[in-house]
Amino acid sequence: MTTSTPRAGTPLARLDGVSRRFGDTLALDDVTLEIAPGCILGLLGPNGAGKSTILSLLDGRRRPTSGRVELFGRSPSDPVARQRLGCTPQETGLPDTLRVSEVIDFVGAHFEQTTETTSLVEEFGLAPILKKQTGALSGGQRRRLAVALAFVGNPRLVLLDEPTTGLDVEARHTLWDALRRQHDRGATIVVTSHYLEEIEALAERVVVVGAGRVLADGTLAEIIGRAGLQRVSITTSEAQRIARLPGVVRHERDGDDVTFWVRDSDVFVRELIRSDLPFRGIAVRGATLEEAFVTLTGAAEAATRPSTGRTAA
Amino acid sequence: MSTTAWTRGSANRIGRAVRLSGVHARFNLLETVRVPIAIIGSLVFPALALVFFVVPQRGVAADPVFATQAVISLSVFAVMSNGLFGFGISLAESREKPWDPYLRTLPAPGIVRIAGLVVATGGLGILAILPVVFVGALLTEAQATPGRIALGLIALATTALPTMLIGIVIGLTFPSKAAIAIVQVVMFAFGFGGGLFLPPLLFPDWLDSVSRFLPTREARELVVWAVQGGDLEWWAPVGIASWSVVLLVVALVLFRRDEGRRFR
Repeated sequence: MTTSTPRAGTPLARLDGVSRRFGDTLALDDVTLEIAPGCILGLLGPNGAGKSTILSLLDGRRRPTSGRVELFGRSPSDPVARQRLGCTPQETGLPDTLRVSEVIDFVGAHFEQTTETTSLVEEFGLAPILKKQTGALSGGQRRRLAVALAFVGNPRLVLLDEPTTGLDVEARHTLWDALRRQHDRGATIVVTSHYLEEIEALAERVVVVGAGRVLADGTLAEIIGRAGLQRVSITTSEAQRIARLPGVVRHERDGDDVTFWVRDSDVFVRELIRSDLPFRGIAVRGATLEEAFVTLTGAAEAATRPSTGRTAA
Repeated sequence: MSTTAWTRGSANRIGRAVRLSGVHARFNLLETVRVPIAIIGSLVFPALALVFFVVPQRGVAADPVFATQAVISLSVFAVMSNGLFGFGISLAESREKPWDPYLRTLPAPGIVRIAGLVVATGGLGILAILPVVFVGALLTEAQATPGRIALGLIALATTALPTMLIGIVIGLTFPSKAAIAIVQVVMFAFGFGGGLFLPPLLFPDWLDSVSRFLPTREARELVVWAVQGGDLEWWAPVGIASWSVVLLVVALVLFRRDEGRRFR
């Protein structure tokens, strides 16, 4: 199939100026995003940010209200476009009465190329439960089966929506290992999560969404840097006035202990000293992904109408 | 792209769709078979209805022509209710489960799932008619040669298409609780109006005229004609064909547009 194997460098999928409404709710607002082959892309955002809507547009379940969605150069609602796409059912939705091996065979029947099932079954630890009905599986087993199904059709692009929510630490690490091995074999993976830890562990590229918009898009280091933030903690009684100094993004108070998130701590400290405002006990450190995330999504909520759809370069 | 390549391409696509429909039908049946009581229920119900409603009425059961028509009417009714329930309610229910949106992400055209359902549920519906034929032969004066019975079953299967599609349309339009109510109303209206409870012979003229527009009446006439011979009115085959085409188009459009159950 020539159309589903684009040349290296051309994106596997793209959203171009895509908006999607659900009744009065604007779930996605002018989102533009390209998914290039090769990486693990983490889609990060709070509940209701639009992560799952983005996935449902890419896998053909939903259509955009406006804008264009392309999957392997076609519309995702064209079944041919979905030939090299791997998706995951919610593990609560597996057909109860079918056996694990039957579910795998059923899904495999839809694809022209299938992965060698024995190795897939080994990798996701399904071998001992192949003959069980899915209704008899534990939550973790169901989740492994659901994620494994995404790889049955030897996909070039895999979309995973919250793949490890509800799993214990060990099960989560086992699943991450399996995902990394599949990625090494050539699958491009898009994974949504609200676990920052998960995105930090897996993703090479991070797209932060909030309130239906792409707030930031870059490598993990860039995202943390893009939020541009460093934390400066001081003890002061003049928090309000200090917060008005240039470069201060936001601050949090706990009595007289105040933490400022600033774009450039060197500039801030110089300004602070020049302002002659009282302070003591200064401590400066870089932000974590979590703080970058809070800053980015918090800013999106505060601004009713940001000027551009993409703050990403 | 040359014409032959294009033809080969679409032939491949059709071949794939047919094969996948078979796969869907097989797994549908497999899921049903795993809950045996469901199958036994739907296989036995039409025959039981015959035993309770037709066999005790000697005026009908003792007359070969009326008895045969009663068996036919009941068979059409059984196939219809199987179509409405099997599609209307099971489709509405499956749209509320998370497996359904997953199936939409698999590379299969919409027709595959509809065809798989039609073959699996429709096949079971036709199978449920066999006990009706046995009971009819043993306990009433209904008469037909094996050849005619076979023709009748083929007519039954073909004319079942509109009611199955009505079921699909209901299932794709309403949530499951509403679907149950609507299916029941449609079933009794179409059953009575189609002359499946009372023979159309007893209808007043106006009801007879209305009745001719119903797919159930048209189905009844076609199956009676296949089993008993005689004249076939033109409106029966034309009506069934029109209902089938229109409903298939509606069902496919609804299926493509469907994005799962909508909540407000």
